[in-house]
Amino acid sequence: MDLQTLTYIIIGITFAIYIGIAIWSKAGSTKEFYVAGGGVHPIANGMATAADWMSAASFISMAGIISFTGYGGSVYLMGWTGGYVLLALLLAPYLRKFGKYTVPDFIGGRYYSNLARTVAIICTLFISFTYVAGQMRGVGLVFSRFLQVPINEGIYIGMAIVFLYAVLGGMKGITYTQVAQYCILIFAFMLPAIFLSLILTDHFIPQIGFGAKLDNGQYLLQTLDQLHRELGFSEYTSGKKSTIDMFAITAALMVGTAGLPHVIVRFFTVPRVKDARSSAGWALLFIVILYATAPAVSVFARTNLINTVKNQEYATMPQWFKSWEETNLIQFDDKNNDGKIQYVGDEDRNELYIDRDIMVLANPEIANLPNWVIALVAAGALAAALSTAAGLLLVTSTSISHDLLKENLYPNLTEKQELLAARITAALAVGIAGLFGIMNFGFVAQVVAFAFGFSASTFFPAIVMGIFSKRMNKKGVISGMIIGLVFTASYIVYFSILFPEYNNADHWWFGISPEGIGFVGMLINFAVSTAISYFTEDVPQHIKDMVDEIRLPDESRKVE
Amino acid sequence: MEKQDWRKAYWKANVKYVLILLAIWFVVSYGMGILFVEPLNQFKMGGFPFGFWMAQQGSMYVFVILILIYVKLINRLDKKHNLK
Repeated sequence: MDLQTLTYIIIGITFAIYIGIAIWSKAGSTKEFYVAGGGVHPIANGMATAADWMSAASFISMAGIISFTGYGGSVYLMGWTGGYVLLALLLAPYLRKFGKYTVPDFIGGRYYSNLARTVAIICTLFISFTYVAGQMRGVGLVFSRFLQVPINEGIYIGMAIVFLYAVLGGMKGITYTQVAQYCILIFAFMLPAIFLSLILTDHFIPQIGFGAKLDNGQYLLQTLDQLHRELGFSEYTSGKKSTIDMFAITAALMVGTAGLPHVIVRFFTVPRVKDARSSAGWALLFIVILYATAPAVSVFARTNLINTVKNQEYATMPQWFKSWEETNLIQFDDKNNDGKIQYVGDEDRNELYIDRDIMVLANPEIANLPNWVIALVAAGALAAALSTAAGLLLVTSTSISHDLLKENLYPNLTEKQELLAARITAALAVGIAGLFGIMNFGFVAQVVAFAFGFSASTFFPAIVMGIFSKRMNKKGVISGMIIGLVFTASYIVYFSILFPEYNNADHWWFGISPEGIGFVGMLINFAVSTAISYFTEDVPQHIKDMVDEIRLPDESRKVE
Repeated sequence: MEKQDWRKAYWKANVKYVLILLAIWFVVSYGMGILFVEPLNQFKMGGFPFGFWMAQQGSMYVFVILILIYVKLINRLDKKHNLK
């Protein structure tokens, strides 16, 4: 059977599973629609969180980025996992104890203010829409690469699928599809990685393989470092990013992860407070399975690639090289006309352009794996993009139907009306997200990384202070969130959109790149909100009692 | 009054656990993976320079373990305070 047919079959099967789950888990109440009825098992929730979290970027691009940046890519590995420690220790259990549906719910309740809730709604929409546009684009790209469907048609198909299970099933539908999507994506990621590891190092486990010796008795990493030196790239195991920038980016990503509304909301779906803690542990474990494999894949792929192309005749390149050349993800320009490929660090002499996404997408071909594995990788990439898109769309629709309509504008909305409003806004959100994907703003891919900066500089300080400080009042938190958001957004817009020519370490403040500026935004937020709270009125007594309530386990659980 | 006391003790213990675990969280990632990565790279662990390994593998494993320890600690704290 040819690759195309196989890919259609495997993607078709996975889509049938998602639709089946959507029909089986139709939401009947707002509680089911917003938080899956609050009865999701912590392990299932862990898997759903992992799928929710790992987007097309994690699945397709991350290993590639690390492959090209070596040690510098560690910021993504630590940054996108370390946030879960913050979630489990500082946020999830208390938000679960608070017991409502959304982040704006918490901010509005804890800071006794509809204005605070509104600011939180705006931040949620801001973060989620910047993030989701990239996901829909990812869905379109996967379709076009593996099935030769035009990108826009791919986006329509993705929209239709997400529409079915997000609008019908709400959080309940999303949760159980995400469990299925996690299983598919992790299998699709691990299988080629294990084979690559076996081929290169005879080790079954990629995490061990990339620290192991090659057939010639030399360590793999040592060999790669040597190749890099030879070709004039900076050494793989030591980076070229400055220490302060590494620090700031890692911190912005960690804190940003912990503040992302679509991740936080997952912890509202478990039955008990203690389940929120253990569920964060499960989620991180499921995520680390992929994240700890990715740097191994990066090393295998990089070594393979260099060995394949280094000073080789262009005419002798293997089939996969040619087929990826057709998609422009590999480009060769024989500058010195010697018929050989010079792949070197020096821009002027370098003849080969390689898109980072190849490192994951082309792996099965490089390792000579059968066609069904290639088809599986396509299905896995789709699972990763769809699960994240659905999670994001649900938070945006919830923050409109629940936070804005029900809590702020029309408190008399009946349960039935609210559920209808939730479905309509979910449908609208799918439409807008698809539109974003189709319009393809050039900066979308970049913007996704900045969603973390916004969440770090707004939600994280607001929620942490809401739990750990009884002195933080509404004036403090509102000004903190607004200043944090405005500062971070200005810095990012200035360097990434208005003046990209200044976007380098010479012009950055303290040498911190726009990616890491959310960390500074967070510090400013903490400072401003604390200072303003200190000089304005104290928090009302009933709110202080509520904070005590959130911090401690249920009184009713006490047995004398 | 007695009711107040167990609440205070419970919260104090919780904050202590959180601070200790976050200190470890900071040391393994920012400390060993970023600030002191160069000196640590002098040590080799098989084929891995140690600092590089901490940044790309070790810190993530420690993160998972930290959450598990926190879950265990809180469950023990619940038991100590006779919470079902």
